[in-house]
Amino acid sequence: MTDISEAFSNAFHLIISADKNLVEIILLSLKVNLIAIFISCVIGLSIGALLAVYKFKGRTICLITLSALMGLPPVVVGLIVYLFLSNSGPLGILGLLYTPTAMIIAQSILITPIIAALTRQTLEVMHNEYYEQLKSLGVSKLAMAKTLLWDGRYQLITVVLAGFGRALAEVGAVMIVGGNINHLTRIMTTAIALETSKGNLSLALGLGIILIILSFIVNGLVYAINLTAERQAYA
Amino acid sequence: MLKKSEKLDLFPLKVDNLVFQVNGKKLIDNLSFKLEAKGITALMGPNGAGKSLTLRLLHNLIEKTSGTISWNNEDNQKFIQNAQAMVFQKPVLLRRSVIENLRYNLHVKNIKDNAQQAVLIEEALTRAGLTEQANNPARLLSGGEQQKLAMARALMTKPSILFLDEPTASLDPNATLVIEDLIKAANTQGTKIILITHDIGQARRLAEEILFLTGGQVSEQGKAMDLINNPQTKPAQQYFSGEIVTEKSVS
Repeated sequence: MTDISEAFSNAFHLIISADKNLVEIILLSLKVNLIAIFISCVIGLSIGALLAVYKFKGRTICLITLSALMGLPPVVVGLIVYLFLSNSGPLGILGLLYTPTAMIIAQSILITPIIAALTRQTLEVMHNEYYEQLKSLGVSKLAMAKTLLWDGRYQLITVVLAGFGRALAEVGAVMIVGGNINHLTRIMTTAIALETSKGNLSLALGLGIILIILSFIVNGLVYAINLTAERQAYA
Repeated sequence: MLKKSEKLDLFPLKVDNLVFQVNGKKLIDNLSFKLEAKGITALMGPNGAGKSLTLRLLHNLIEKTSGTISWNNEDNQKFIQNAQAMVFQKPVLLRRSVIENLRYNLHVKNIKDNAQQAVLIEEALTRAGLTEQANNPARLLSGGEQQKLAMARALMTKPSILFLDEPTASLDPNATLVIEDLIKAANTQGTKIILITHDIGQARRLAEEILFLTGGQVSEQGKAMDLINNPQTKPAQQYFSGEIVTEKSVS
C-alpha cells in the first residue's frame, strides 16, 4: 500500500515538476500520433466520402474489407511494417526501422481504416438524405462528396477524435517498429510497459495519468462538439 | 445567369410510352402525354399511381427503363437539367445557415460574382421573408419557413420549369397560402409549374390543367375545372367526389 501511495506521490511530483524525461516522451507521443492522424484523415476521409457517394461494382467487397481492416491486430501490423522496413525487406534501403517515421507509418495503417469506415457510415446516411436534392441542383458526384464532408464536419470531428484516442492507446505495433529506444522512439504506452517491467512505477504511473487526462480531454471534446452540433441542428 | 437555359424553349414536353420498372414490375406503364409551356399543371391520383416517379423521371433523378421524354427535341441533358428545379415534400436543407444554403445553389450553378450573388440572395431572402433569419441555421427554421427557403432556393436561378412534389402536404393553412403565392408568382414570371397535390382545393386554386394518373398511366388529362367538375373516368369521378380511391380499388 505504501508502495502504491509512494508511486502516486512520485508520479504527481514528476508531472508537476514537468520532468524532462516525462515531457520528452509525451511530446514524442503527441508528435507521432498527430502526424499519423493527419495522414489517416487525408486518406480515410477521402476514401470514406467517395465510398458514401459512388456506387460501383465491387463496392460491397470494399466495404467488407474496410470493416475487416478496422479490427487489424496491432502486433500483426507492426510485424508487417517491420518486415517491409527491415534491412532485408523491400523498403529496408530507406533505413526507417526504429525511427518515429516507422511508428507513424504503423499508426497510420492502423487508424486509416477506422476513419475511412466510420466516415463512410456517417456520410452515407447523410447522402441518402441529400442525394435527390443535390442531384436536382445539378451537383456532380465529386462535389457531393465534398459537400458531405463539409456538412458532416461535426460528426467527422468525432470520428477523427475516436481515431486519435485509438492511436494514443496503441502499444503493440509501435513497440515492434519503433523499438522503444530511449530519447528516440519511446512514447507513452511503450514507456509505461517498459517502466512497469523495470519496477519504475512512478514514471509509468505519471505517464498513465497523463494518458488518462488526454483521454478525458478527447472525450470531453467529442461531447462538446456533439452538443454544439445538435444545438445548431448540424448533427 | 443561365442565359442559355432561358433561351431554351423546352415546350412542348412530349412523353411517349414511358416505362419505369423495378424487379419486373412496371411502376410507370407506357405513360404518354403532352404538356404545353404555360400555366400550372397538377399531377393527381391515388397513392401509388406513379405521380412522384413521373416527376423524378422528368427531372432525371431516376433512369427510365424505356420510352422517350422529349423537351422540344432538345437533347443536351445538362441544359435541360439547368433549366429545371424541384422542391420536395420534406425540404432538404444543408446543415448550414439560411444564407449559405442559398449561396450553395449559386456556386453549383457557377454564379461566382460576389455582386451578382448578393443581389440574388437578397431577392431570395425577400421572396421567402427570411431576411431576419439569414444567418440562422436553416434546419432550425419552422416547417413552413424551411419550405419557403426551399422554394426561394429553387426559384433564385429563375428556372424554366419547377417541379413540386406535394410542397404543402405537411404545412398549416397559413404556410400553405404563402407557398401557393410563391408558386403563382413564379408562374406569372414565366416558370412552368408541374405540381403534385392530393388537395383538390389547391388544384382548384392553382392548376389550369390536371393530369390524372392511375396505375402508372394517364387516366385522364384536361382543363382543371372541367376535370374536377366533370371527370370522365371512374377513378377520377370517385377521387373528385371525395371517395377513398386506392390503387388496389382502381385495379
